[in-house]
This record gives sequence, structure tokens and C-alpha cells, in this order.
Amino acid sequence: MKAFLRVAALVVRKDLTVEVRSLEVVSTTLFFAVTVVLIFAFGFVREGVPTDGVAAAILWITVAFSGTLALGRTFERERQADTLRALMLAPADRPALYAGKLVGMLLLMALVELILVPLVGLLFQAPIFRAPLRLAGLLAAGTLGFAAIGTLFAAMLVRARSRDVLLPVLLYPMTVPVMIAGVRGTAALFQPQPDAGMAQFWFALLVFFDVVFVTLALWTFEPLMTD
Amino acid sequence: MSDFDSVTADGVGRHYGRRRALTNISFTARAGDIVGLLGHNGAGKSTLLSILGTLLAASTGTVRYGGVTSAAAGAALRARIGMLGHDLFLYPELSARENLVFFGRLYDMPDAVRAADAALERAGLGARADDLVSSFSRGMRQRVALERALLHGPRLLLLDEPFTGLDQASAAALVGRLREEQARGVVTVLATHDLDVVDGLLSEVVFLQGGKRVAAPASSGSLRDRYREAMHAS
Repeated sequence: MKAFLRVAALVVRKDLTVEVRSLEVVSTTLFFAVTVVLIFAFGFVREGVPTDGVAAAILWITVAFSGTLALGRTFERERQADTLRALMLAPADRPALYAGKLVGMLLLMALVELILVPLVGLLFQAPIFRAPLRLAGLLAAGTLGFAAIGTLFAAMLVRARSRDVLLPVLLYPMTVPVMIAGVRGTAALFQPQPDAGMAQFWFALLVFFDVVFVTLALWTFEPLMTD
Repeated sequence: MSDFDSVTADGVGRHYGRRRALTNISFTARAGDIVGLLGHNGAGKSTLLSILGTLLAASTGTVRYGGVTSAAAGAALRARIGMLGHDLFLYPELSARENLVFFGRLYDMPDAVRAADAALERAGLGARADDLVSSFSRGMRQRVALERALLHGPRLLLLDEPFTGLDQASAAALVGRLREEQARGVVTVLATHDLDVVDGLLSEVVFLQGGKRVAAPASSGSLRDRYREAMHAS
């Protein structure tokens, strides 16, 4: 376990160092996320009044789209000098390499969400501070489920010629349950009379998806990356 | 896994769906051998290197490291393999030292920083250790990449087109480095098109065409002549 954590931490540290130097993925992802929210705002906000009940969906659509972009860019970096193969060649547990890449993605998406959530709150008058811990919990659990599957698929597709097309084609159908749970849970918090019980139910479902997805990804990473 | 002193490919094949990239390749390389994989583009050289490096599973046949297969040896085997790909396996946004220290730690080396510094001195890049790899010339990157592959003292060294982009002096230095590793008992398997550079360096040559091994010609001419003869004969 110690070796697993050591390798995962090494990969996270390396990814963060590379990102801090280039700011490539964080800047493109943030720019994309803000643009998506602004476009939705032009469509759904009339004379300063947003359409009822759209904020949660817009938040999660933007998380999914910007997350897909970040996944693609992060693994494109590993593809350019074929460094993913160098990682696979190391005597480290391959699931630990996956865990490191996953944590790096989560940190990146968390950073984007730190900007995204207040922006959605501001433009769509969503009560993001009404139950901040519950909202943070839903976002954390949903992002983990999305990134767990996304990191696995993005790593698998690194050497595929049509990876940019295949990633969303594979990722979105698999993560539909996460998106539904995220949207419904968040909507329960954003509605005029917040429904904590309903939010709690969707959060529990998200945690269940997380356990299933992370376990599956850790289990299948090595055989999928070898063949 | 204990150390090994030979690598044996026995009937190794690899297919992608109905396309056969490699068919029934067999050879044995012993400690100190430098085996050359020669063939046109698409002959299966890189696929064979990937299988030897445990990055790809063979569809048929087995590879034995000493007496053990990669499936039986697991991650411990990879600690004894060093690989330099056609792409250099280096992060351009990191410095030369950061790259080597990262990989050294990934290989669980006890003092990765000292090993990285020693490797960079060996490569003649001690003064540029803190420069980003993206600022290096192709030749300098190639030297760092080779040191990365050798950092953990591998028993099996796999090189894919290691002379690409190197000038004459750098190529000669690389040949010298490979001879040092040969003297240390490292098994080296390299794929190359630079026949003149490796002429006289190789202990054994595996000629590949269309994923199959073709017979080595009986003549004792230069490597280039033998290559031409082997490719035309098949």
C-alpha cells in the first residue's frame, strides 16, 4: 500500500509541476468552461431572469464538457513523447499510475469548478451558498465518478488515431448515471424549497457509482493497457 | 524475481484483428549480446521491442527472461528492463535532472538525485542539468533519454532507432556507451536503419520482413550488403 501511494504521489507531483510550468490544460479548460456557461446564459437568461431549474443541468453539462477537454489534453501530453509507455514500463503497480493520473485530473477539475460554480450561481441566480457542503459533496462525488471512467478511457485511447472522437463516444454513455445523479441532486438543492433528503439520496447513489467505477478501473487498467 | 542472463523469444507472434504484425519470431540473446532488428518500416521491429519490453502481450509464443515468462515475473521484471523508444520518453516541460529523478524514484532507486546527476555527467550534460528538456537539441535529448533508460542498471536494454537525428560524433558516443553496457553483461536489442553505424557492433542480426523473420544471408560482406541480400532473397 505504501508503494502504491508513493507511486501515485510521484505521478501527481509530476503532473502538477508540468501543469504549473505550462498552464496549458488549466487555461484551455477554464476558458472553455466559462465560454460554455456564458453561451448558456445568453440563451437562458432574459432581462436578468434565468429560466427556472436550468442551473443544475448547465453546471453539470459544463463539468462534463470541460472535463472531457481536460482529459484529452492531459493524455495528449503523455502521448507526445510517448511518456505513458515509459510509465507503463516502470516496475510500479500500474493501478498506482492510474490512481496518480486520476488524482491529477480531480485536482484540475476541482480548480475549474471553483470558478465555474460561482459563475453559474451569479449568472443563473442559483443559491450555491444555501447548502455549500452538500453541493461540494455532490460535485466531488460526481467529478470522481466522471474522472474515474474518463481517465481509464483516455489512457486506453492514447495511441488510437481517432481518440478525440472515441473518448466522448465511450465516455458519455458510461457516465450518464453520474450526470443524472449529479443534476438531480444539485437541482434538489437549488429549487426554491430545497429537498435535503433527495440530495442525500442522489449523493449516496453517486458514492455507489464511484466505488463501482474506481474499483473497475483499478482492476482493468493493467490488462487494458497491456493489450 | 532474480536476475536473468538471457532473453529467448520462442515463436512470438502478434496480430491486430486479422492483420498479422509479427509471425513466429524466435531468437535467443545472451548476456553481452547486442542483437539488431533490421527491416523496412512496418516489418514488426517496434512491435517486437514492445513485446520484449512487456508493453504488449504476444498473441502467440512466449518470451522467457532467463527461465521466467513476463506473466510469471510481473512488475519485478520491468525493474530489469530499460527501453528507449523512437519517441524519447521524456517530459519536455521538466528539466533533464527532474526527468531522471522522476523516473529514478519511479524505479524506487534509493538515491535518485545522485544517480541522476551522475548520469547527466556521463552524458556530458551536467552543466545543463536544470535546463528544460524542451530547450535541448535532438542529440542532447537522445543522450538524456538513453541515460533515463540506463539509470536503474537494466539487464535488458531495448532501443528503437537510437541513432535517429544524431550527428556522427553523437552516434559514435552512443556506440561507445553500448559497448560499455555490453561489457557489463547487458543484453541489448536494438531496431535501426543506420546500418553503417551498427556494422561491427551487433552480435546477431534478426532480419524482418512483413512481420516474419527472413534467413540471414551466408555471405560475409558489410551489414548493408547482407541486409540488401536478405531483403531481396525473401
